[in-house]
Amino acid sequence: MPSCGEIFKGFLGLGLTSFGGALPLVRRTVVERHRWLSGTEFTDLLGLCQFLPGGNVINLSVAIGMRFRGWRGALAGILGLIAGPSLVVIALGVLYEHTQNDPRVQHLFAGLAAAAAGLLIAMAAKMLLPLRRDPLAAGIAALGFIAIAVLRAPLLPTMLVLTPLSIALASLHARRAGARR
Amino acid sequence: MIATLVVLALIFGQLSLLAFGGGNTILPEMQRQVVDVHHWMPASEFSALFALAQAAPGPNMMIVTLIGWHVAGWSGMLVTSLAKFGPSSLVTVAALHAWDRFKDRPWRAIAQKGLAPVTAGLVAASAVLIAQASDTTWLAWNITGVCAALAFTTRIHPLWLLGVGSLIGLVGLGFF
Repeated sequence: MPSCGEIFKGFLGLGLTSFGGALPLVRRTVVERHRWLSGTEFTDLLGLCQFLPGGNVINLSVAIGMRFRGWRGALAGILGLIAGPSLVVIALGVLYEHTQNDPRVQHLFAGLAAAAAGLLIAMAAKMLLPLRRDPLAAGIAALGFIAIAVLRAPLLPTMLVLTPLSIALASLHARRAGARR
Repeated sequence: MIATLVVLALIFGQLSLLAFGGGNTILPEMQRQVVDVHHWMPASEFSALFALAQAAPGPNMMIVTLIGWHVAGWSGMLVTSLAKFGPSSLVTVAALHAWDRFKDRPWRAIAQKGLAPVTAGLVAASAVLIAQASDTTWLAWNITGVCAALAFTTRIHPLWLLGVGSLIGLVGLGFF
């Protein structure tokens, strides 16, 4: 069983080395390198963390810390994970503010921002692709898109309407599939 | 100053509990609050901060830290981080105990299935809004398009795409 210090150090290393999203590296760190969890335990815990609000890797750092060392472990996990990246990102922010009037720096960051937007589009496409055989789910996704991107509606009312609707549809679908069987 | 910190705490505390499916689903609301409602920065700067956060290591929500720091310095950074990561972490701790008890209940799978399309629609909205704010020239739109296509069809590491995109911006945007 890892100590709080080991949990902190494990997630510190993970936070500082994971570029472009931490998820692929987490499994390697938690399951293969430190053997804190078995493969099945990891998948089960990740399922919970994806289900809850918040970034799934952040939730995972809390859940793993909590499971081994209670409150102090949970704190060690999340602080380890965000401490390093917070300092790096602020260093980048300072650099950006001091150089942002230089046209070359502006062009560099415009290119960076354009590439980052492209990565986000690819991620959205990968999430939308599995919905193409399910017209109801695709309709929910389209409604959410229109509300947020086109109408610029606030998130809270949008989710309060769409989430129960979508879960009700999923439940209806499951019940019908059950009755047919 | 205190008033700003309270507003930051309220905004990011709410976002923390609404971030089903991860941080990218709440980007549009973050942008709406930071740019349209409170006028802390223009949309183009919001996109630049998002890009900076993407280039940094770690979980993909480091833009939260940057916004807090940009709006109210170190205390802003602390308040937004605490507000963004605190509430969802408390939910995780609470749910950890219930999770093992309800492991095999069918409603769990149904709720998960119902949340997936909502998440997908919100991430798509994020992508379009961020692209609109980032891409003011045709060259930038092309960088976005090529990066999206490459990230969708290949397994190239995202950092390569960000690096090459920045270089193309540095070299090309001066001329076009």
